[in-house]
Amino acid sequence: MAKVKSLADLKKIKDEVQSKMKLRENSEQPEKMVQVKVAMATCGIASGAKETMNYMIEEFDHQSIEAVVTQTGCMGYCYAEPTIEVTLPGKEPVVFGHVDKKKAQEVIETYVKKGELIDGVIPVNYKTIDE
Amino acid sequence: MADYKMHMLVCGGTGCRASESKKIRQNLDASIQANGLEDSVQVVETGCFGFCEKGPVVKILPDNTFYVQVRPEDADQIVAEHIVKGRQVKHLLYEDPTKQEVIADSKDMGFYKKQVRIALRNCGFIDPENIDEYISRDGYAALATCLGDMTPEQVIDTMKESGLRGRGGGGFPTGLKWQFTRNSVSEQKYVVCNADEGDPGAFMDRSILEGDPHSVLEAMAICGYAIGADTGLIYIRAEYPLAIDRLKVAIKQAREIGLLGNDIMGTGFNFDVELRYGAGAFVCGEETALIHSMEGLRGEPTFKPPFPAVEGYLKKPTNVNNVETLANVPVIINKGAEWFASIGTDKSKGTKVFALAGKINNVGLIEVPMGTTLREVIFDIGGGIKDGKKFKAVQTGGPSGGCLTEEHLDTPIDFDNLLSVGSMMGSGGMIVMDEDDCMVSVAKFYLEFTLDESCGKCTPCRIGNKRLYEILDKITQGKGTKEDLDRLRMLGNVIKDTSLCGLGQTSPNPILSTLDNFYDEYLAHVEDGRCPAGQCKALLQYKIIDDKCTGCTLCFRQCPVAAISGERKSPHFIDQSLCIKCGVCYEKCKFDAIEIV
Repeated sequence: MAKVKSLADLKKIKDEVQSKMKLRENSEQPEKMVQVKVAMATCGIASGAKETMNYMIEEFDHQSIEAVVTQTGCMGYCYAEPTIEVTLPGKEPVVFGHVDKKKAQEVIETYVKKGELIDGVIPVNYKTIDE
Repeated sequence: MADYKMHMLVCGGTGCRASESKKIRQNLDASIQANGLEDSVQVVETGCFGFCEKGPVVKILPDNTFYVQVRPEDADQIVAEHIVKGRQVKHLLYEDPTKQEVIADSKDMGFYKKQVRIALRNCGFIDPENIDEYISRDGYAALATCLGDMTPEQVIDTMKESGLRGRGGGGFPTGLKWQFTRNSVSEQKYVVCNADEGDPGAFMDRSILEGDPHSVLEAMAICGYAIGADTGLIYIRAEYPLAIDRLKVAIKQAREIGLLGNDIMGTGFNFDVELRYGAGAFVCGEETALIHSMEGLRGEPTFKPPFPAVEGYLKKPTNVNNVETLANVPVIINKGAEWFASIGTDKSKGTKVFALAGKINNVGLIEVPMGTTLREVIFDIGGGIKDGKKFKAVQTGGPSGGCLTEEHLDTPIDFDNLLSVGSMMGSGGMIVMDEDDCMVSVAKFYLEFTLDESCGKCTPCRIGNKRLYEILDKITQGKGTKEDLDRLRMLGNVIKDTSLCGLGQTSPNPILSTLDNFYDEYLAHVEDGRCPAGQCKALLQYKIIDDKCTGCTLCFRQCPVAAISGERKSPHFIDQSLCIKCGVCYEKCKFDAIEIV
């Protein structure tokens, strides 16, 4: 193994490990970044939620957008699977339906990056017990 | 390198390991392989999460799901449900005992909400056996900064300005200690890490060494640079095998990439670390005794001065710091003295790690800013008293500290406040007692410990503590007098004033503080022959309530010494002269007909 000779060498190791550790660092403070929850119940997975989730993780990584992508259970919108819930920092969560790769790309480009809403938003039609 | 989408952190601290966390890890790995997920899910064994009460703990990221009391056979279900299907495994989630609600996200748990983790920053977050993960958290950057951009004086000044005080018990300013050792002129100096954690119920240092060994190594190198030493020694008790293993791995890894050894980072600075094993004697936590033990002599303290800073290991200037103190050092260099000094109280800066134990819901390891009140620690973080009982006292500072009561609960915790109310910070043990604990017995328990651990060198400690113990024993046997209470106080003060080292100077504290705070309880023992908490067996009497006794003969048949007599279907009677107070009759009676008086 190469010897560390300077702060710059340390930084190099840090950068190399960073991509591996970023997931852990980010999950410490998800409220400061884009949070995406992908509904991954049986119906979601059958409709391709896994592909959507993988695509979003890769795309955020690719575009260097700080984001936490997690999976969650059935959101109840089985007619619109795959569904995802996107929470921008400081904003209310928004749920999108029928999110395939193409739609996911649109969500990232238009909603996440510009903050503009797009078609396919599922209005919140129930209250949770926290409210 | 695999691009992991999920991380599973499995606690690899001693506590969770004892509950088979190693097996859990293996099973998770196997299950992930079986599902073909090895490229997207990483399983990491970390240091202690602190939530030992509900160990073993498995945490899933990025969603922060916190599984508690996981068994090895749960691994398949966690992978099949959580990882594959995205459904939380409900029965493994944590349930808040006071609110009876299930909390999945560790960030929402009261236990973690009030904590500020500086010394424990990497515990339960990184793999302690992987130096890269430490480096990714700015590990060894502080050492690089010191060697590259700071003079030893500047390093010492930073430590002084930060206000960091020794976390091992004494509370001596760390920067000042470093300055003294730097001022001593010698060709050879030593940096010693005191990992001889001996308080009953304390495991702060062990957890740091197990969870983040590199932070201690880095700090020792920084200290070596500041005081002009090239050798570091870690004095660790042999009964900490996991900490020793992880330290060995860490030292090897640091040497491999040139962060320990000769010419570190090309600066010409040499520093290496070796381990020294202790046999687990409490007195060896005292720095002069520790040094003698390392030299192969009896672990006995000697008079100070000369301080180790002048004449320590092998008569050379030696700087001794505790594990937790050292763990704070790299962060102070990285974030600045000002940042550190902004946390805490006027004279106690930063945070303190406590090992919560006793009759408390959340037994575990916590770190809070100085100035947090005892109430916040015990009730908010600790989750209150077990089984809804009433809080009675909290013992801080281990066997050297005192028992504090309800009225002290709002005292902000720092070095000086605890001293002023008759206890001390100590190394950070915190044992909580409830209404069922007898304070005389508690004092006796601690004294028994110090009696055992006294090295026997000086008379007040060797003989004085023995006499104190005998008096306490007499009181718990119901044979004490009121004069004994005065004698306890007087003798206690003499031992405090005349003992050679910290062990004897503090050993009467549990007695003196309980005499101050629970005098009534002592009085009840000596005047009424009664133990209010019902713990002192010699003072108890089991009696049968005639009205309730149905004469079923169950107690009669169970009594091991045939102290119970009586006819069938008529009230029984306990012969007090034969009764050994085993309590069997009390437990067996179905009609609550037996009372303790």
